[in-house]
Amino acid sequence: MSSRVRIKDQWNEQRIFSQRTLGAMLVIAAMVLALLARLSYLQVLRHDYYVELSQGNRVRLDPIPASRGLILDRNGNVLANNEPAYQLELIREQVPDLNNTLKRLVDLRLIDPEELEDTRRVIFSRRSFDSVPVRLRLTDEEIGRFAVHRFEFPGVDLATRQTRHYPYGELGVHALGYVSAISEQDLEHIDRATYAGTTLIGKLGVESAFEPQLHGHNGFRQILVNAQGRSVQRQGAYAPIMHAQAPAAGEDLMLAIDLPAQQAAEEGLADHRGAVVAIDPNNGDVLVLASEPGFDPAEFARGISRSEYASLSENIDKPLLNRALRGTYPSGSTIKPVIALAALTDHLVDPYKEEFCAGVFHLPNSRLLFREGRTGRHGWLDMTHAIAKSCDVYFYALAATVGAERIAAFMAPFGYGELTGIDISGEKPGLLPSPEWKKKAFKRPEDQVWFPGETVNFGVGQGYLLVTPLQLAHVASVLAERGKSFRPRLVTAIRDGAGKAQPIAPIADPSIEGVSAADWDIVLNGMVGAATYGTAAAISKGASYSIAGKTGTAQVFTVSRNTTLTQKVSERLKDHAWFIAFAPVEAPRIAVAVLVENGGFGASAAAPIARKVMDAYLLRQSTPNAAEVAVPESQAAD
Amino acid sequence: MEDTGFSRTRRTLSSSARLLSVLNLDGPLLVGLGLLALYGLAILYSASGQSVDTIVRTVVRLALGTAAMLALTHASPNFLRRLAPWLYLLGIVLLVVVELTGVIGKGAQRWLNLGLFKFQPSEIMKLAVPMLAAWYLHDRPLPPDWKSLAVLALIIFLPAGLVAIQPDLGTAALIAASGALLVLMAGLSLRVVFALMLGMVGAAVLGWNFLHDYQRQRVLTFLNPQTDPLGAGYHIIQSQIALGSGGVFGKGWMNGSQAQLQFLPERSTDFIFAVVGEEFGLIGLIGLLALYLFIVTRAVWLATQTNDTFSRLLALCVALTFFVYVFINAGMVSGLLPVVGVPLPLVSYGGTSVVTLLAGFGILMGLYSHRKLVGT
Repeated sequence: MSSRVRIKDQWNEQRIFSQRTLGAMLVIAAMVLALLARLSYLQVLRHDYYVELSQGNRVRLDPIPASRGLILDRNGNVLANNEPAYQLELIREQVPDLNNTLKRLVDLRLIDPEELEDTRRVIFSRRSFDSVPVRLRLTDEEIGRFAVHRFEFPGVDLATRQTRHYPYGELGVHALGYVSAISEQDLEHIDRATYAGTTLIGKLGVESAFEPQLHGHNGFRQILVNAQGRSVQRQGAYAPIMHAQAPAAGEDLMLAIDLPAQQAAEEGLADHRGAVVAIDPNNGDVLVLASEPGFDPAEFARGISRSEYASLSENIDKPLLNRALRGTYPSGSTIKPVIALAALTDHLVDPYKEEFCAGVFHLPNSRLLFREGRTGRHGWLDMTHAIAKSCDVYFYALAATVGAERIAAFMAPFGYGELTGIDISGEKPGLLPSPEWKKKAFKRPEDQVWFPGETVNFGVGQGYLLVTPLQLAHVASVLAERGKSFRPRLVTAIRDGAGKAQPIAPIADPSIEGVSAADWDIVLNGMVGAATYGTAAAISKGASYSIAGKTGTAQVFTVSRNTTLTQKVSERLKDHAWFIAFAPVEAPRIAVAVLVENGGFGASAAAPIARKVMDAYLLRQSTPNAAEVAVPESQAAD
Repeated sequence: MEDTGFSRTRRTLSSSARLLSVLNLDGPLLVGLGLLALYGLAILYSASGQSVDTIVRTVVRLALGTAAMLALTHASPNFLRRLAPWLYLLGIVLLVVVELTGVIGKGAQRWLNLGLFKFQPSEIMKLAVPMLAAWYLHDRPLPPDWKSLAVLALIIFLPAGLVAIQPDLGTAALIAASGALLVLMAGLSLRVVFALMLGMVGAAVLGWNFLHDYQRQRVLTFLNPQTDPLGAGYHIIQSQIALGSGGVFGKGWMNGSQAQLQFLPERSTDFIFAVVGEEFGLIGLIGLLALYLFIVTRAVWLATQTNDTFSRLLALCVALTFFVYVFINAGMVSGLLPVVGVPLPLVSYGGTSVVTLLAGFGILMGLYSHRKLVGT
């Protein structure tokens, strides 16, 4: 220590040292206080807030989808239910050798070799503990094949998912509708929380219209997850209470549809384009709602491919079009009973006075000629026979007498030009023309004029008039019940989860007023005549019940008045065939409308189908009320 | 004074006191450290997800540290003073070696792989820097003059700089802090301290440009964790949730959902303080802080009992640095300070810091027990 410049002052150093030590301890005390203040803030003041955050961290809601309600026909036959669909799922972290596993699944023909790379990509895009579907919709045979080799595939297993099943395939698809994956548009009008966990939603038909009832209420279960989102199980003291709520299954729908009659209708329409609607005139029950061609709703339920959808939507036969509700056609001669009633009610005609049909009608004060259709000359006939034989000349004259405005006013209560109000959506109103309508519908003044010739055409159901098969079935049921009108309905009862069916009361619409019983007799006798000795006489052959009917032919292509129809009219330009009927005449239980597109003449193309439907419905020993039938119990919730 | 129970107890006590004095150990400090180590093992068992392996490794490290402590208690102040420059030199050389291998390899390089275990040379510096600073100040008058301060700055910032470019900002800051603490204890004028703090703010503004992106992100995230809840802010948010949801009494040992379900990152290392808070609550944290406070107070008292400048400065520096570690870690976990990778002393898992810390306390106890042997 020789090179000391300044003297080391031990006393001073001791003093500095003591001061600084004291200072340091004070700073330490301040730091501890700061920490304690901060910790108290976090752990005491904001405790509740952070408890909630930590709870949110570790608890995830796992939805349990509710089982969709069943759809049954009036006899208790199940038209739509739920079936487990099997799929193959793989958990990457449990698979010892992924490449080898995938290769052996290909060898077992469970994975398409072409999809191998896609499958591998999907597997690696998910977390290692996620169960990834590697193959959807296994067939029974494939399930069996996998089951045999199951032990060789650790980490691969069969998983089930509820999917919609239609036991009768295409049958009644236009009434039932279908379900398919929830789309972007669907998300706009459904409550996302309610649909968490739901994969399918009703589209069209009953499936769509009664979606809220069918869907039910999804349940949920809380699961404990770690930071990676992996579900974890913990035992002992550290087992927080995880809440769960069981799903409430959707309600079952009991339809008015009569399965045998529906089958008869679709078989009858096979190889045609057309529609059949049958209604119970006593309550509006829609016994048959068929539109052909149809499509397989299962394709939508399992996820329809773009090309599958394109082949449906671009098909020239338009299988996706619900002709029963949305197909609008001229009514043809099926209008005649209503025209006759209009004339009778206004006392503008003597029904017993015979008029002469020479096959041509001359419109007074006009040089226009209206020809008889394909039935030729009828000679002398009264109103009843004019209906039975569908004499155009008689009704040309009658329409001209009554006038277009009066005809339109009389027809309106039958439901022409209006929605029937059936309990599924999508129906079209058709068109009931009138001079007043023409003024509104057209812009150019020269088009707004209603010509007398249009009134004449109105009398035989041609011109602007457009009706749907559903509307005509409704008209037939109103005729059958002599003016009583019930709103058509597909769903007759809703059965809740407890198995208790709540019937839906039929809705009576305003009846047709002012028609005397005698007038009904005349017109309905005409319809009975049509089905016995008239245009559709063949329909009653061998029938054990009485039938009233009316044929119709809707022009697709207006053949020049001065040329006769040639056989060369191409298939798609042939007239549409109509037939409406009800039976038994004394106590009607079924009213039918049949439309066969391009079927030609109503009596030959449409009437036999109506007969088959009526046979199927009426000839069974008894048709019990749907609500009384013992039906399979609703499927268990989960 | 026959064979009464009382006298036997006294004899036992005095015999254990004798043993302690032979080993140059301080009883209260040893008890404090022992309790802390046990508390640490208990919480580590829970934080590691009941990993026995982790506990075994930690016990091995504690044993290693204890051995270093026992050995160093026998080192006299004079020996340590002579050792200081060589230890410092060794540390610098190792840091340069690490830096060079880091250049050859890629990215952050902090370890020397010695085959048996990985060794962090920056750990040496945590002791070597205050030792050399104390060595330098030992035969100079206090408070240090400007020339001394310049030399001290070089002693401190050379290794701190080397560590900072590794880059290990946390350890660099700790090395600089321990050196700065020593200089402060040596009587650095408070006016200079104030001026230096101003300078540091200026340096911080300048230094911002030299920070790595992730380091800047840490600072930014500290200022507002919610800006990046799933990224850089995740640590802070999750640790505060763990602390806050623990409440006063905690969720119970091994029952902390944040820790057990791995929401809390680095739960057994840097963020183990949050596990204590979640499972043992505010009470558990107060207990832990009390233990730390006891150790520091006892260590400071031991330091004040030494007689020479070197011993005083080094002992005090060891004691205060220990508390700085605690404060930085606890402050970081509770959101008072930015996230810097500083472990909670003697509780966090891993690293060689356990050995360094216990070695430091060995030195401190040695300085205390050799206080009368020091000649001026």
